[in-house]
Amino acid sequence: MTRPLRTIVTAPPQAKRGQVITVRASAQHPMENGFRHNERGQRIERDILTDFICLYNGIEVFRAKLHTGIAANPLIEFNTLAVESGELSFEWRDSGGLSTIAKARIEVI
Amino acid sequence: MSLQTKAMQDDPTLNPATFWIMDGESMWTQKPSPQSPACSECHGQVNTNMKGVSATFPKSVKTRLLNLDGQINQCRTTQQQQPAWPLESKSLLSMSVLIANQSKGMPIVANQQPETQAALKAGEALFKQRMGHVNLSCAQCHDERYGMRLAGSTIPQAHPTAYPIYRLEWQTVGSLQRRLRNCMNAVRAQLFEPDAQEWLQLELYLMWRARGMLVESPGVRP
Repeated sequence: MTRPLRTIVTAPPQAKRGQVITVRASAQHPMENGFRHNERGQRIERDILTDFICLYNGIEVFRAKLHTGIAANPLIEFNTLAVESGELSFEWRDSGGLSTIAKARIEVI
Repeated sequence: MSLQTKAMQDDPTLNPATFWIMDGESMWTQKPSPQSPACSECHGQVNTNMKGVSATFPKSVKTRLLNLDGQINQCRTTQQQQPAWPLESKSLLSMSVLIANQSKGMPIVANQQPETQAALKAGEALFKQRMGHVNLSCAQCHDERYGMRLAGSTIPQAHPTAYPIYRLEWQTVGSLQRRLRNCMNAVRAQLFEPDAQEWLQLELYLMWRARGMLVESPGVRP
């Protein structure tokens, strides 16, 4: 597992003021639920993403709680309003307390 | 394959195997140890020099029949003097996804080497060999009954154009051999040994059978 996580973020680089924009964010993560066993019969430790937060110029616009039922390499897609030029920041937190941040610029015209 | 799955496969920002490509890219230029050369020191740029490479495998290299994973491990043990990566390990899959991805959209080349013809024949025989508790051959499903349904899904023609694939059921990337083991388990056949020639013969025949079809690695399949 590479830390920080590998992430892919897709957001339109340019949008009109007030336009609804679609944002996609995915991270490489095994989402190991902690219920499975390896070939030697030992339990595999739980290792999941627990939180996903998106800030738009520092203001929270989207938050998700993730649990063991979510598949590996989760892809999150949501809509938000383009209000002003600036930065979208995406944060994933995992059950080990580590966090990964990815950023995207958006220009509002 | 449904339209949604195809859309997921063809958009690199949606295809989860993109993460494995990224892993492969960072390994491509990294020395495995201070004394060993990185892949890029011999092979140069991956996106120019590895074009079309995966479409020619499996093939005979110095009298040994090798698939792409075998060739990667061959390089690793001889040129880089490193231990071979275990089959289905993340490193091996990342490297083979990276290389296979460079041939995306190129046609699969039918193997014409005289020394592989015996293996090709053996692969064809295996494909038509009934096996397992269920007593089914590959050909009975994939040649005679493709397009019909098996447990709610359409039986495909078994063309390995997209391997290594990201299978949603596996939630990870896997090799063609993993997929073959899947089918053999389904007909309750005893698996070949992990290093058996049968896997390569079958792989060789499948690629020959898919000659001319376009490589779409890394594929996404349900």
